[in-house]
Amino acid sequence: MSAGSSAREVVLGRVRSALRGAERTSWEDVPRHYRRHRPAPDVVELFCERVADYRATVDRVPADGVGAAVVAAARRTGARRVLAPAGVPQQWCELLRAEFELVSDEDGIGTAELEQVDAVVTTAVVGIASTGTIVLDHGPGQGHRAVTLVPDVHVCVVTESQVADDVPDALRRLDPARPMTFISGPSATSDIELKRVEGVHGPRTLHVLVVPD
Amino acid sequence: MPAFPQAAKQQLANAQLRHNLADATSTIRRKRADVVGELDDWAQLREAGAAIKTHTLSNLDTYLEQFEAAVTAAGGTVHWARDAEEANRIVVDLVRATGEREVVKVKSMATQEIELNDALRAAGIDAWETDLAELIVQLGHDAPSHILVPAIHRNRAEIRDIFRREMGEVGTPAPDDLTDDPARLAEAARRHLREKFLRAKVAVSGANFAVAETGTLVVVESEGNGRMCLTLPETLISVVGIEKLVPRWEDLEVFLQLLPRSSTGERMNPYTSTWTGVTPGDGPQSFHVVLLDNGRTNALADEVGRQALRCIRCSACLNVCPVYERTGGHAYGSVYPGPIGAVLTPQLRGTTSEVDKALPYASSLCGACYDVCPVAINIPDLLVHLRTRVVEQDRGWRSTPVDVLMSLASWVFGDAKRLAAAQRVASWSRKVIGRKGTIGRLPPPLSRWTDARDAPAPAEESFRTWWERNRGGGAR
Repeated sequence: MSAGSSAREVVLGRVRSALRGAERTSWEDVPRHYRRHRPAPDVVELFCERVADYRATVDRVPADGVGAAVVAAARRTGARRVLAPAGVPQQWCELLRAEFELVSDEDGIGTAELEQVDAVVTTAVVGIASTGTIVLDHGPGQGHRAVTLVPDVHVCVVTESQVADDVPDALRRLDPARPMTFISGPSATSDIELKRVEGVHGPRTLHVLVVPD
Repeated sequence: MPAFPQAAKQQLANAQLRHNLADATSTIRRKRADVVGELDDWAQLREAGAAIKTHTLSNLDTYLEQFEAAVTAAGGTVHWARDAEEANRIVVDLVRATGEREVVKVKSMATQEIELNDALRAAGIDAWETDLAELIVQLGHDAPSHILVPAIHRNRAEIRDIFRREMGEVGTPAPDDLTDDPARLAEAARRHLREKFLRAKVAVSGANFAVAETGTLVVVESEGNGRMCLTLPETLISVVGIEKLVPRWEDLEVFLQLLPRSSTGERMNPYTSTWTGVTPGDGPQSFHVVLLDNGRTNALADEVGRQALRCIRCSACLNVCPVYERTGGHAYGSVYPGPIGAVLTPQLRGTTSEVDKALPYASSLCGACYDVCPVAINIPDLLVHLRTRVVEQDRGWRSTPVDVLMSLASWVFGDAKRLAAAQRVASWSRKVIGRKGTIGRLPPPLSRWTDARDAPAPAEESFRTWWERNRGGGAR
């Protein structure tokens, strides 16, 4: 691809000549007086408040009640087919199977099949208190990215120790090599007269369960 | 496309537009102020945001090469484009290589800038915009009028009419009983686009940020259409301006705070997606980045002008601009409207056309845009800098009428007696030309001023005369 490589040389050449004589600063010299942490009296409580601000449903549940809470959350939405990705605790799956048609993603579920799923139940990797955000890095228990996108209901379980106080704290806990999805409330748009409407393409219902470790 | 003064005049006559804009911008200003007020370190975040971008730009060659190496190592392919034509050719060739005849698109300023949709159409490829506002604009055969809310100039009744008329022409039609309720309209868009998402094999995106160290791309959005495009198709092509780079992953901690609060006035936008190359078994298995220059290196070469490349496209400057609020985005004749467009566009496109020459003047220089800019771009300074450029470039070997007037003015202002005499003439002229308090149309070249503004009539007496009369005679 000679045309491509020459464009590369031309663009880099233009950048270098544009910067001739310019001072080249060092990354370490960037002033970083902003907060690296944003302590709150109760970080987990703040996380719950901020998630609820997005019109998501938030429940704090005891460690031994997670399975039952997951089932109750799915039941509330009237779901029939529920997907639990590989890595979700076996106990939740058994409770879910008792009440719903349980779908697995073991063999890599396709988009067309996902269209037939009403609700998905996942874990998360990080929560961010200051912004009310949950982060998925699509590791075990979280499914690949489409799994939490196509179905209309997402039930997400976050443990208390996963809650970071602020964005810098959260990013430090994450591995950029993994694909990631930061979720703050259900899908929303304000494109029509700036009126907020929940649910355009992503899940219209987000239910977050916060549990002790 | 007429230059700004004429285009603005047409837009100002549109009462609906002004009403929509006043509503929308005041709402979004209030929301932004609330969430910015929550952070007591906003000034420090802004300082860091500006410094990170300035640092990146001052080492852009190094970071571009680092980014290219990281994307390649992660299984992606990097392409370089000198200009819009080259970028479009690369994307068209990539789509053709897949054998597909349609692509889904997540809203991207860069692809609007290069008019990618037209290039794809010319190549027989349908491009579907999937952001709700972009869909409204596309179905309405219209142009975006705001960076963030492209259909800000349309009200709900207009949107219902567009959906009813156009959706059926290109896919799933709008329901027969569609009302103008925003929730119903969003539902119609969901149904219309779902079919396209599920069958699309190729997607085109832009990126909000590109991390040099890791090769990670970041897309910030609300509706989930971005996630659909970024994860469901087999091939993903991202067109990214070379100024989108940030050095390291941790630099995102600054921008993921600055951007959502400045743009939609939210603590965080509903969805942010990050991806690094290709992930086996998850998302597109073929991934391409097109690094776009298209005039950016011209801006980079300008020591004053290059700060415009810090822009993270949040649109806070549009929402506070008294000029934008009254004229809307179309008057700017550019993909980038408002204050940032007035400084970015003439640098990307040059200042040879009448439209681009007029842009640095499309401002009252009130400075509100600088105050809200999360990366502290001094837009008023840049506007003046670009005005100087336009004046210098238009100055040929002979004096223009403006030059003659300016020399005359400097002769008058250079001597107190001459100024006093001129002020007496001006006061007297009020009786003739400005009895209503304003002056109507002046003859050329002064008409260039009065055609776009109401010029106040000269005062009945000068300040010096007033002072002499009221306070004069005493010790100075």
